[in-house]
Amino acid sequence: MIDFSRDGVAECLLRLYDERVEIEGFQKGVPRWCAGCGDNAVLAALQRLLRDEGLRPEKTVFVSGIGCSSRLPHYMNTYGFHGIHGRALPVAEGIRLARPDLNVFVNTGDGDSFSIGAAHWLHAIRYNMRMVVMVHDNQIYGLTKKQASPTSPRGTKSNTTPRGSYLEGLNPLTVTLGVQNVSFVAQVADWIPEVLYDVIQAAFHHDGLSFIRIVQRCPEWMPDNFDRWLHDPAKVTLLHHPTSLSISPALARLYPNHLEHDPSNIHRARELASVQDPVPIGILYHDPTVPRYDEILRADATHSGTAVRRLLDAEFDKFAVQGGGTRV
Amino acid sequence: MTTTSESVPLPGAHPAGAGAQVTTVPEHVVEIISDSGEGAQRCGQSFGAIAARTGNGVWTVEIIPAEIQPPARSVAGASGNRVRLGSSRITNGGDAADLVVAFNEQVLLGRVHANELKPGCTILLESMWRAHRNPSIAASYAEAFDALVASGYRVVEVPMERECRKLVPDTRRGKNMFALGMLCSIYRLDLDLARDQVALTFRKKTRALIETNTRLLVAGYEWAREHLDLAFHIPAAPAAQDQVVLNGNMALALGVVASGMEVCSMYPITPATSASHYLSEIFPKVGGVVHQAEDEIAACTFAIGASYAGKCAVTITSGPGYSLKQEAIGLAVMAEIPLVVVDVQRGGPSTGQPTKVEQGDLLTTVFGSHGDAPKVVIAPSSIEDCFYSVITARRIAETFNMVVVVLSDASLATAQQPFPRPEFDPAWLAPPVDQSQVPEGLAPYAWDETTGLSRRFVPGQPGGMYTLTGLAHDTAGSVAYDPDANEQGLHARSLKLAALQRTLTTPTVHGDESGDLLVIGWGSTKGAIEEAVDRARDDGLRVSSLHLRFVNPLPSGLKEIMDRFGRVMTVEGNWGDRPDDRIIDESNRRYTALAMLLRSRYLVDVDCWSEVGGQPLKPGRVHRVITRKLGRS
Ligand SMILES: Cc1ncc(C[n+]2csc(CCOP(=O)(O)OP(=O)(O)O)c2C)c(N)n1
Ligand code: SF4
Ligand SMILES: [Mg+2]
Repeated sequence: MIDFSRDGVAECLLRLYDERVEIEGFQKGVPRWCAGCGDNAVLAALQRLLRDEGLRPEKTVFVSGIGCSSRLPHYMNTYGFHGIHGRALPVAEGIRLARPDLNVFVNTGDGDSFSIGAAHWLHAIRYNMRMVVMVHDNQIYGLTKKQASPTSPRGTKSNTTPRGSYLEGLNPLTVTLGVQNVSFVAQVADWIPEVLYDVIQAAFHHDGLSFIRIVQRCPEWMPDNFDRWLHDPAKVTLLHHPTSLSISPALARLYPNHLEHDPSNIHRARELASVQDPVPIGILYHDPTVPRYDEILRADATHSGTAVRRLLDAEFDKFAVQGGGTRV
Repeated sequence: MTTTSESVPLPGAHPAGAGAQVTTVPEHVVEIISDSGEGAQRCGQSFGAIAARTGNGVWTVEIIPAEIQPPARSVAGASGNRVRLGSSRITNGGDAADLVVAFNEQVLLGRVHANELKPGCTILLESMWRAHRNPSIAASYAEAFDALVASGYRVVEVPMERECRKLVPDTRRGKNMFALGMLCSIYRLDLDLARDQVALTFRKKTRALIETNTRLLVAGYEWAREHLDLAFHIPAAPAAQDQVVLNGNMALALGVVASGMEVCSMYPITPATSASHYLSEIFPKVGGVVHQAEDEIAACTFAIGASYAGKCAVTITSGPGYSLKQEAIGLAVMAEIPLVVVDVQRGGPSTGQPTKVEQGDLLTTVFGSHGDAPKVVIAPSSIEDCFYSVITARRIAETFNMVVVVLSDASLATAQQPFPRPEFDPAWLAPPVDQSQVPEGLAPYAWDETTGLSRRFVPGQPGGMYTLTGLAHDTAGSVAYDPDANEQGLHARSLKLAALQRTLTTPTVHGDESGDLLVIGWGSTKGAIEEAVDRARDDGLRVSSLHLRFVNPLPSGLKEIMDRFGRVMTVEGNWGDRPDDRIIDESNRRYTALAMLLRSRYLVDVDCWSEVGGQPLKPGRVHRVITRKLGRS
């Protein structure tokens, strides 16, 4: 029974307030990332998001692969799945399919998703199952101590490429935007926390798979990697649009380049994605109408013992031999 | 089995073939072979199903060419079915064929060269090739015909093409039903039952097509009645209980449904795929999902994700796919996520022999994945067992939070056999996803000291939040940096296997409880081994057999059984070194997989014999092995 008296409403609000989990409630342990590691900013943004969205910790799962970035679930006081290298996405898909009621987040590295897990990356985009996918792209293998990754810029000196990496780095945005069924693509930088937060929040509300490339600093192995963008705000373009994100006045003062970009325009999104200097930051593409594979698959899903019994009976009837020798 | 035949005239006066002397036999092996695409497989399967409906014991074996479209009329291209039917229960494909229907002489020669025909076997051979406009085809036909007759085969030329043309323009689609009609007539099977079967076989096709096929069936039936002086009666003893006729892969798929699982993720691979085909057809009706993943690693990790989230899932594959899943299986072992993996074995290593049977994956499933990764391995030994094994597997997986592998093979996958119609039991189903509050202070890996068991926490359970990891972890699930915690985890995961082992019953001995020789097998070879043992016992040999369903853990009591026999040997379908090879001796001999397991576990001198020819094991082969082993020949 709902009590509409003033007291009842107040009590109800009170209870809601009680159930709200504060940021500390989502924190767990002390992150073991290096000082200045961009992963810390992602963690902070996520903990804030969970609080702001009023998510229940037990209804939320963070899935990851292996790498520095994939340690993130250990620092979230929610359910977490820190699996094997490269396979965060299919694990998350299985969880999503089994449990439409859970909030599913994926944190993965550039090696994890664009190298060993590359097949899963492309197919996950195509499946478009509802989840937020964050690739912490530090353009290096962090955990295994500095080997070139698929996104390392050409010439990157690493332990496996001491004379500089040989090939142009892979552009994850253009590749992602080339996949059928892509529905949400964004790029953020760990040092612009406001956009980082806004984009993750928009991604969380997107009805499909949202792919966020996070340009992530790794001071340990790539100390000067993003300096050209970090130290020169003119090398950054902030994307905005009335249907998408807006830029706060404070941020607008800091970053002089703003571009109004309609995220429903995939051709423009692809053009923007291929530009490295200045680097576009914000939502490149968003189409909320792309069908979700998890929904399609579960279209007629109501599992029950009765249904199982009925199906088995029907199938056994088809292939039955009655005692006595005639078909049932 | 010796075929004792008696001749009885069929009652009633009929023209020509209808009045043929009917020979009563306890069993027959029948083959229908053609170029691939001509439908011999469908003919054989339907024939087997009709015989089963009549009450005969039946076992069908698919004859599969290695290529999808081998050249027409080629010796290696034989495609079709072997149907062994008998008065009592049939558990394997038997030895050599008594009667063969062949659509051309080349595919027939393939079977002759492979020694699949009994001396004197009756052959019904398509006669159109004799007058073929290509003289070399006509010549090769005539030559083969003469050679077959000279070798003592009873070759009957049948104008199947000519007769079918009266009804259909394209005989490549239709001759098979004509052949089915002939077989029904020869084996005196009920035509109405056959009509019924045709309607079932083509249930997804148009009405017109079903009618055409029925006309062809009847034409074949009548033609044989009129022209063939050939009739056999295999007395049928209809089972008291209702039966179902399925192949192993269908039984696996129905087992998935019956187990209450809701998610199957897979990647296509022969000979496992047909299980997923069938499951894809029926699963949505109960809200189940078949996800064809982008590869086997994804298929396995997808299933792991679903299981972790509370819905125990299955992934179905064969050898190469199994190899790809190994790392993920290790994760499930380490993190104690229930998971059912079905491995329908084929020839290996590498791509091996996709359509051929081999029992080569025993050790890789028992020991596979790096580090110590204990898991359960169940090997079904019959079609019926395929069904129940999946149900058992799901239950064990969720009770013990373990990976359970169901180890079937290419032989069970396509073989058909009637078995008692299962009676649905609600206890087969998985319990609902636990979403209850986790008691304060309970840890996700609070391993029980005795059993190693702990309670699984499922996302959604308040108070149960933890981060699952494939890294070594402590009872809280936190990454373990101290050496004791890692050891504690290894200890607990190993104990679980022992806890399960304690619940297993000792398998029963087939034959006497003691004797001169005990033959041990596992998986699909059960029927052939037991039949061979029966024959050898009829010869007066003191031999028994033991068949293992649980290959990991092994049930208790095996040592005691082995000790009651003078000698013990395994019969398997995986490679074992041949002791008579020049450079093989006891210091380097590689025993077959089960023999190796038994030797190391029980310190018993277990010998082994194996065959890796890719064909289902024949009872005659095993009979000879037993005879030789016991010093008779
Ligand atoms: C199958 C497998 N191969 C290799 C590794 C070793 N490994 C762990 S993390 C990693 C690369 C991590 O790089 P990235 O995904 O970019 O994550 P980062 O540490 O930079 O966040 C590698 C190669 C592994 N754990 N498993
Ligand atoms: S190595 Fe790089 S990515 Fe890893 S924690 Fe340190 S700074 Fe972060
Ligand atoms: Mg990286």
